[in-house]
Amino acid sequence: MTSAIANEAKAGKGKKAKAPTSDRSRSENRLALKLVALPLALMLLVTAFPMLRALYLSLFSYSLTAPDDRKFIGLDNYVTALTDSLFWKDTGNTVMIMIITVAFELVIGFAFAMVMHKVIFARGVIRTSILIPYGVITVVSGFAWQFAFSNTNGFVNSWLPFVGDDFNWFGQYHSSMIAIMASEIWKTTPFMSLLLLAGLAQVSEDMLEAAKVDGATWWQRLYKVILPNMRAAIMVAVLFRALDAYRIFDNIFVMTAGANGTESISFLTYRQVIEQFQLGIGSALSVLLFLSVLVVAFIIVKLFRVNLADARQEG
Amino acid sequence: MTARRARRAAAGLAAAALSLGVLTACGGDGGKPTLNWYINPDGQDTLNALAKSCSTDDYTIKIQLLPSSATDQRTQLARRLAAKDSSTDLMSLDPVFVPEFANAKWLLPFEGELKDKVLDDDVLKGSAETVTWDDKVVAAPQWANTQVLWYRKSLAQAAGLDMTQPVTWDQVIDAAADNDGTVGVQANKYEAYVVWINSLIQGAGGNILDPDTVESGRDAKVTIDSKAGEDAAAVIEKLAKSGAKQADFTTSNEGTSLGQMFPDKGAGEFMTNWTFVYKNYEGLVGKPGGPADKAGLEDLGYARYPQTVQGEESKPPIGGIDIGVGAYSKHPDFAKQAAVCVTSAKAQSDLAVNEGLMPSRKSVYDSDELKKAYPADLLALWSDSVDSGGPRPKSAFYSQISSAIQSRWHSPTSVGPSTPAKSAAFLKAVLSGKALL
Repeated sequence: MTSAIANEAKAGKGKKAKAPTSDRSRSENRLALKLVALPLALMLLVTAFPMLRALYLSLFSYSLTAPDDRKFIGLDNYVTALTDSLFWKDTGNTVMIMIITVAFELVIGFAFAMVMHKVIFARGVIRTSILIPYGVITVVSGFAWQFAFSNTNGFVNSWLPFVGDDFNWFGQYHSSMIAIMASEIWKTTPFMSLLLLAGLAQVSEDMLEAAKVDGATWWQRLYKVILPNMRAAIMVAVLFRALDAYRIFDNIFVMTAGANGTESISFLTYRQVIEQFQLGIGSALSVLLFLSVLVVAFIIVKLFRVNLADARQEG
Repeated sequence: MTARRARRAAAGLAAAALSLGVLTACGGDGGKPTLNWYINPDGQDTLNALAKSCSTDDYTIKIQLLPSSATDQRTQLARRLAAKDSSTDLMSLDPVFVPEFANAKWLLPFEGELKDKVLDDDVLKGSAETVTWDDKVVAAPQWANTQVLWYRKSLAQAAGLDMTQPVTWDQVIDAAADNDGTVGVQANKYEAYVVWINSLIQGAGGNILDPDTVESGRDAKVTIDSKAGEDAAAVIEKLAKSGAKQADFTTSNEGTSLGQMFPDKGAGEFMTNWTFVYKNYEGLVGKPGGPADKAGLEDLGYARYPQTVQGEESKPPIGGIDIGVGAYSKHPDFAKQAAVCVTSAKAQSDLAVNEGLMPSRKSVYDSDELKKAYPADLLALWSDSVDSGGPRPKSAFYSQISSAIQSRWHSPTSVGPSTPAKSAAFLKAVLSGKALL
């Protein structure tokens, strides 16, 4: 692996200099191809095959418990899904969760990144403690927050002055969603701050000092120097988290099991395939989920004009 | 240095443990075969004893525990069978899973002599109906569950209700409402609510799906939009609007209404519930939630499941457990023998006496062991209910049918005369793959 990266770095340098490809770099490229061939084949096997299989199955009416009744129905499953109000309701839920959690995570994550960047004493301890939630398994985090919000043995009700002690957070839609999103935000903010910390480290101290000398205030330095120089890192962080958040499943599964209309699109897919054994429509939903993730990625990349090469510092 | 040494030691230990595991695994293959029996968590002690006593010189039966929720049990078994798991030999199945599994060819049918053993004339009709599919016997009934009407004799007396005669839901709801009592049912959004709806509809002479076409899966005729469907909806609507409704009506389950039978305040309740209720109150004498003393327990009455329509015989719900043999078992003949053993009259009697799980065989109800453990009239009521009860739709798509019904009939406070028609349209769309659940 390390040699592959080293090769890539060398190849990158060669390109910058616009020198004609030497024998050496050509043979290095060939070596690189050989080195990635096996992992690539493995990846195709474990990712491309299931994806193509799902695409194929999505064209059938196929229930695992009635294998003899399997029949080809073309795009009917897609029509059913796209014309069903449940699909759009769940998509709405998912988009809402994605936007709200990513927004919160971006703000809190940035604050944490600043702390981790600037802190002078007990650096290791502080950085580690900020990262702890990210090390917790999502299912465990879901259970922990479910207990916290529970009206029988949780503490949230007694801490919040504006809710009664017997308020059932999981009894209706809005409060259930708040609980789900709280768990999601708590768990993944550290990931966001880790990505942002990498971006912060890229901002050159010289620029900051120059701005200071020119009399820029703290806010001006943040808005005019730090954030613009971190744009690529921020966008990568948002992109990663948005795509992740769009596939939200664990917290919903643990906390509400989809009750009171709190289902996400992943949860809907899970129910069709795993609970009802409807492989046809379930596969169609998986394909739609995949396509919507692509759309989200496309929108973010286009909207914020992210250059992924920038983020990798190749430019 | 120390760290490295520690790591090396740990690696050595891990390797040793791993090779030990491999060795023992090899050792197991040579001996007599092990049959895995996947059970649901009800009655584990007796089932473990059964596994031991039904093991022979040819095979050993090993208990494997399934999760406690019925949905999880079904998914776990289905995942194993869909992957052609050869280590799933025996399984305890909820009757509604049997058609689904049999249609997927995941169950080995009992044939010849074995077929006559698991399904002879002694098996009560309600149980017998749950184990046949496509004219084959695909499972062996192990125990049967049914619902009866549990009530406080004092409450019925105050209402002037003659409980020796069949009563209707109307009478029960009115009697409770007028005498400071309540009516306990299962109306949360889950399977037992469908059990209630199904029994109400069958009690009015109808069916959710046409019984003649129900086995044809997606092509089954939906018959819930009928007079019987409306009669059923009327009962639910009446209770939802009545003062006899319990506070947690819309989220009630088998456990929630137990505490309303002997409440601190009020006259108690009428409750439709499964057979476990009797042992439950017997064990609660003098404790919170139970009768104050032995005399208090005498006030607990039981009668046939209420009628939906006056004069039409009620159709009590049927539950229980059937034993299926996995289609990919390496030892199908041994597994079938074992299934016969764990469903024998002796096994059923043990389950009934020790665990309160009632027999699916008529003769066991007449045995001395059971008569010692339960009042004779209660045993007669149960066996009669199982014999004349109504099954839920026998369809390979049952779980979807159930979800579709739940989605249109819940919340019970929204049920009205148009509910059967709405649910029929949705059920048709779901069965033909035109709607998402």
